[in-house]
Amino acid sequence: MIGWKDIPPGMVILEAGSALKVKTGSWRAAYRPKWIEENCIHCLLCWLYCPDNSVKVKNGKREEFDYDYCKGCGICALECPGKKGKKAIVMEEEVK
Amino acid sequence: MATPINLKELSKQEVRFTAGHRLCAGCAAPIVVKMVLLAACDYPVVVASSTGCLEVSSCISTYTAWKVPWIHNAFENAAATLSGVESMYRALKKRGKIDKDIKFIAICGDGGSYDIGFQSLSGAMERGHDMLYVCYDNGAYMNTGIQRSGATPTFADTTTCPAGVVIPGKPQQRKDLTRIMAAHGLPYVAQASPSHWPDLMKKVRKAIEISGPKFINIFTPCNRGWRSRTDDAIMLSRLAVETCFWPLYEVEEGITRITVKPRDKRPIVEFLKAQGRFKHLFEPGKEKMIEQLQEMIDKNWERLLKEEEMTSPKDEGNE
Ligand SMILES: Cc1ncc(C[n+]2csc(CCOP(=O)(O)OP(=O)(O)O)c2C)c(N)n1
Ligand code: SF4
Ligand code: SF4
Ligand code: SF4
Ligand SMILES: [Mg+2]
Repeated sequence: MIGWKDIPPGMVILEAGSALKVKTGSWRAAYRPKWIEENCIHCLLCWLYCPDNSVKVKNGKREEFDYDYCKGCGICALECPGKKGKKAIVMEEEVK
Repeated sequence: MATPINLKELSKQEVRFTAGHRLCAGCAAPIVVKMVLLAACDYPVVVASSTGCLEVSSCISTYTAWKVPWIHNAFENAAATLSGVESMYRALKKRGKIDKDIKFIAICGDGGSYDIGFQSLSGAMERGHDMLYVCYDNGAYMNTGIQRSGATPTFADTTTCPAGVVIPGKPQQRKDLTRIMAAHGLPYVAQASPSHWPDLMKKVRKAIEISGPKFINIFTPCNRGWRSRTDDAIMLSRLAVETCFWPLYEVEEGITRITVKPRDKRPIVEFLKAQGRFKHLFEPGKEKMIEQLQEMIDKNWERLLKEEEMTSPKDEGNE
């Protein structure tokens, strides 16, 4: 536990992006998103729209979800255009 | 060279707002922040926020989601705080102690901008500080439990204007902060929505390249306060634009330009029915109220079209 004496004066936080230590994936309740690679056109809209940076992208190509932080909101699934009317993201029951 | 506004290139940039923040699942505020920071990816930026959901949830104890220098002071004074930071920067630059080209951006809620931080915002803009002020407008004081603000839409249900037998949700009209900021005579004022992200990012880009005070108002759905689904932030943003509830336009040196004109203007009822805060409008006998809202929107849209026509630079050949 960090006490008040450990915090720099003025409530300054010296470590940028330290929130990454908080794994908000534990918030997911009923659903988690599933990526169906063969339907993916790599438009990266899911990457852009995800409020929790939980879509990994490498060299302009979409990769797996980051379930450590995904809160299961479902925005990515709703906005995914998919291929030929088939979604590349579906929400499925959460497994804990 | 500026990073092109396409997702392939932007995805190679660092997202300077990390996961691990404690905003609700499906909150649009972090999406808006991400878009603003990505648009500004070619510059070091300093950000200030007023008290509110974004501030409270992005910075808890020793955890911060910000990867840029970020400052929070109080609810009512983000613009004044950032004015001070920007003035210090100018002084240091003059003395040759700093040579980087840094952009200053305030990202604050509607309560912190339309209402309680209004004089701080107005003052900073009038003094001409070189900063971009972004309001993420979710239409209420969400962080403290969905109290009405100057930005709350007419007839929306909030905890301080509860829809019932006495009042039909918020009885008053929304304050049009974007127009109020345009009336300050700023070099750049705009309204944007995350559903139309290239438009949003272009506006942020344009704004940060202009020196002086700039203001952008961004539509930011809040599923908790709007009593809607956690997956509909982008869908509702799109509906807000397509119904002309939230027109996308910019005012540059007094010239108004509508940047996205919906091909088919959709009826406001489509926007309303997806949100629990307007649920009471669908009870029998309330049809008139939806008509009333439609009239308000039509009137405002017509006015904006006229404003665009009136201020558009005349074709020189016709003079
Ligand atoms: C002077 C003052 N009054 C009231 C509060 C309590 N307060 C903190 S955040 C907040 C609401 C913020 O609303 P808004 O700016 O719209 O941001 P949101 O939470 O909706 O994102 C209020 C009323 C405060 N911190 N300071
Ligand atoms: S939105 Fe859908 S199609 Fe586009 S990159 Fe994501 S998963 Fe692939
Ligand atoms: S469900 Fe929500 S949090 Fe999870 S990856 Fe999709 S958009 Fe991101
Ligand atoms: S209450 Fe609304 S604005 Fe606040 S974090 Fe939740 S969804 Fe976002
Ligand atoms: Mg608000």
